[in-house]
Amino acid sequence: MSWMSTVSLWILPVLLLIILLHASVKRVPAYDSFVEGGKDGFQLAVSLIPYLVGMMVAISVFRASGAMELLLEALKPFLILIGVPADIVPLAVIRPISGAGALGMTTDLIREHGPDSFIGRLASTMQGSTDTTLYVLTVYFGAAGIKYMGDALKVGLLADAAGIAASIVIVTIVFGM
Amino acid sequence: MVHAIWIIMLTAGIITAMFNGRMEDVSEAIFNGAEEAVALCFGLISIMVFWLGMMNIAKKSGLMDIFTRLLKPVAVRLFPDVPPKHPAMGYIMSNMTANLMGLGNAATPMGIKAMKELRQLNNDSEEASRPMVTLMALNTASLTLIPTTVIAIRMNYNSANPAEIVGTTIAATACSTIAAICIDRYFYYRKQKKRKG
Repeated sequence: MSWMSTVSLWILPVLLLIILLHASVKRVPAYDSFVEGGKDGFQLAVSLIPYLVGMMVAISVFRASGAMELLLEALKPFLILIGVPADIVPLAVIRPISGAGALGMTTDLIREHGPDSFIGRLASTMQGSTDTTLYVLTVYFGAAGIKYMGDALKVGLLADAAGIAASIVIVTIVFGM
Repeated sequence: MVHAIWIIMLTAGIITAMFNGRMEDVSEAIFNGAEEAVALCFGLISIMVFWLGMMNIAKKSGLMDIFTRLLKPVAVRLFPDVPPKHPAMGYIMSNMTANLMGLGNAATPMGIKAMKELRQLNNDSEEASRPMVTLMALNTASLTLIPTTVIAIRMNYNSANPAEIVGTTIAATACSTIAAICIDRYFYYRKQKKRKG
């Protein structure tokens, strides 16, 4: 455990050190390059505002109105039928849609069932193993100005489903019910 | 399809609220959602400026090229349409590594840069090209080695072993990444077939 938190604390600064040392050896004007590269950052972040405002308003309206709960109720029997534990259903549905929502739900599940319970472990694994598809899609394609996304959404959502199924199977095998 | 999801989420939300009397929550949600999104973007500014600056150093010093060369065998298979020496490849590689190390913050600016380069490679078209969909799929599956946030939450709630889920998370994320690549390939070849036949 302790080595793992050490690794995650060290990774970033060490990476920066490597970049800077390499630049010094190659005699690259590091500071000027940093400023030059960073200039795009502001523009990029600001250009994302309309995409994210649109998406996040829609998500919070969907959740606050209770429509999300209706969707859950509709999907629940089907998901339970294919073996998704009832307590985990809301998390499985919300994970691809809203990152903040999923994080809140994971925290709730861990608090309620305990971190070392089956549900707690499963929620932890599910939360850690995929990213929020809708967010990734909005940010990446929004910033690049891509209007026609092709199969991207379908691919992302199907991969999420695979990840959720894999989490359930793997946690069951490793920790038992 | 994103258009459809967007419209459905909003209209379904508003119509549901008409029937269950949660209209007040909905109007509050509109402003909260907008505010949250802008706050998120402002949070991104610092990260973007910092990482794009750092990566520009790595690009100029040639560190990124060394890196790209190391991961080339994998990358060329995953992105057969991108010329191995194209700058897009460098950004794709840094995006993948950042994800792998759990540096989601650093991964986003790299991914966006990669998308922009890929768009140029695709004659500045507004349509998603094949490598774009592949990159997107890899990012939503997000191959992570250390899920730091989840470990922190588990520690908060006094888990006997907060990091015990690292193994299962790596296994699950590997499954979803492999699935993402396979599904991406499947859709691509199906489309190719349709075009030919």
